[in-house]
Amino acid sequence: MNDEPLVRWDWIARNWDNGGPSAIKTLLESHVVMALLPVVFGLLIALPLGVACARWRWLYQPTAGLMNVVYSLPSLVLFSIFLSVTGLTQSTVIIPLTFFTLAVLIPAVVDGLGSVPEHVRQSAVAMGFRPLRRLLQVELPVAVPVVLGGLRVATVSSISLVSVGALIGQGGLGNLFIDGWQRQFYTPIVVGIVLIVLLAVLSDGLLVLAQRLLTPWSRARRRTA
Amino acid sequence: MNWLIDFFGDAANWSGPDGIPARILEHLEFSAAAFLIAAVIAVPLGLLIGHTGRGAFVVVVSANAARALPTLGLLVLVVLLIGVGTVLPVLIPLVVLAVPPILVNTYEGVRGVDADLRDAAYGMGLRGRQVLFQVLTPSALPLILLGLRLSAIQVVSTATVAAFVGLGGLGRFIIDGLATKTYSDVIGGAVLIALLALAVQLGFTLLNRVVVSPGVRQVR
Repeated sequence: MNDEPLVRWDWIARNWDNGGPSAIKTLLESHVVMALLPVVFGLLIALPLGVACARWRWLYQPTAGLMNVVYSLPSLVLFSIFLSVTGLTQSTVIIPLTFFTLAVLIPAVVDGLGSVPEHVRQSAVAMGFRPLRRLLQVELPVAVPVVLGGLRVATVSSISLVSVGALIGQGGLGNLFIDGWQRQFYTPIVVGIVLIVLLAVLSDGLLVLAQRLLTPWSRARRRTA
Repeated sequence: MNWLIDFFGDAANWSGPDGIPARILEHLEFSAAAFLIAAVIAVPLGLLIGHTGRGAFVVVVSANAARALPTLGLLVLVVLLIGVGTVLPVLIPLVVLAVPPILVNTYEGVRGVDADLRDAAYGMGLRGRQVLFQVLTPSALPLILLGLRLSAIQVVSTATVAAFVGLGGLGRFIIDGLATKTYSDVIGGAVLIALLALAVQLGFTLLNRVVVSPGVRQVR
């Protein structure tokens, strides 16, 4: 315990863009890259895998089991293991976080496709939709709310998990925690926490907005109800 | 692979206060303490909020906050504020992060019980408390256990990171190994924690088999 104030505004002003690698702005940028790339990769992998698992149910059990195992591993454990493969690069954070994203998104895609009502599917068949077109134009759009629900969880977790990467030297804003700890200095820690939470809230809001734009029918239904 | 042999083959790693058995015990001790405190707070609260329907916003807020709050930042800040030396400052963030998964799933479990079932219980003359403990709780048990499992995994994981702020346990192998560039320790520690997390996962799967009523299991 010391008399240090929680936030020293002049420190923030001086270090926001000081040109060095520890500038808050630079850390924020690398944080966004390391948090969002795994979500993008995860979505690109989870969509085809999820569709495959929904089509061939026997695939789902082993995939879900494997993802459950991955999800139970602490992030620091995965980071440490990948450290020996990819070294001190951003990949050491991005690859494990992609796995965490997959663990959330694959079940979301499968559940989303499962949430498509049978009569909707049959109507599409009756209207002459071939399987691929039915998937792209009917089933996936109907599955959007569930998939986006998973995407929101994955995005927010990913943003907060990146900071653990600071322990292996690649943590974006997490580096502020290490800095603050080593110098017994609150300001960087508070700045890091606040920026990470703001980033999470902002991304979550954008995804909610995306859902409103992608599923205009759900709003129309609520209005008539 | 060589790193694993270096780590597990070194006799010095197997004894003393910083040996593997002592570290496993420490890790389990902190984790169990934080987990039990969290469960004692969150299970009754979740049951109460789910049963009465009052205070549901607490559940939503805590779920979102727990996901967005960076573990490492919270640990470092709380320990700096309260002071290093005792276990208490580390235990607080561990508990804070362990509460939401239990709270959310217990709440969802009680909320999600079929309304017909609840009405039937009242119709049979059961009182509010009896409905909660004899009907709602057993039906919600799979979700409550899911919450406890997620929370336990969260605790094991956070306790690993907590080695950075001076907590003992298996995280020490990773943190100290990184600091001294002894990668055999880093990898060995990581493997031990992974095994511990898997054991927790397996333990809850077995517990689920034992305590969930066969009738409830069939429905799900």
